[in-house]
Amino acid sequence: MKAVAKTLVFLVLVFFLVLTAIELRPFGKPKKSTMDDYIIVEGQRETAANNLVSAVVFDYRGYDTLGEATVLFAAVSGVYLLLREAKK
Amino acid sequence: MSGLSQIVKTVSLVLFVPILTFGLYVVAHGHLTPGGGFQGGTVIATALALFLVAFGAKEFKRILGKDFLSAVESIGLLSFGALALLGLGTAFFANFLANSGGLFGKSVPVGANAGIFNSAGTIPLMNFAVGIEVASALSLVLLLMYLSEKGVGK
Repeated sequence: MKAVAKTLVFLVLVFFLVLTAIELRPFGKPKKSTMDDYIIVEGQRETAANNLVSAVVFDYRGYDTLGEATVLFAAVSGVYLLLREAKK
Repeated sequence: MSGLSQIVKTVSLVLFVPILTFGLYVVAHGHLTPGGGFQGGTVIATALALFLVAFGAKEFKRILGKDFLSAVESIGLLSFGALALLGLGTAFFANFLANSGGLFGKSVPVGANAGIFNSAGTIPLMNFAVGIEVASALSLVLLLMYLSEKGVGK
């Protein structure tokens, strides 16, 4: 009984995964690309950076990087708290 | 004598300088070539990890203490936030130095070019801030884990 249920759940998951893969848009043809086109055309002139990925990460989407840096800081603070030396 | 054998120590010192140089290169050229603060900081942290494994925690703490690493990490994050706030005249995270002609203010020709180091405004400065933050954060985690594992170096 349990094995049947497991197989059923597995098959349902595989069905939805395959369905999603079939429904994906073809590679390189996104639905709306206004923002991408703007960054590709104007990014190098506006930020004067040759590396457009850096331009996006540190300029256009700076909030995201600030969050990443804060998450790293919080993780290190947690490690510091957990692995501190015990008071004798 | 803490740490590993003399052979390992010598070889790790030979490797230490090129790894550190490569990490600094990746951080400094984040706006020109693939890489940036996070990636370069991780490379620098691997150099420090090599030093920590080869020489032991006592020698590592003599050069880079826990408090020092923690302070450098905080300074990196704070300077990143401060650079973001400095652009507040236009918007948060506005690139106020780009194309201004001053520090990191050269314009680049649109299209493929060899790259100008003195360009891209706040992006290289932010790369440096994130780089020192990531490098000190990862090496601090490694040092804390090493100390808790061995229970030495008090």
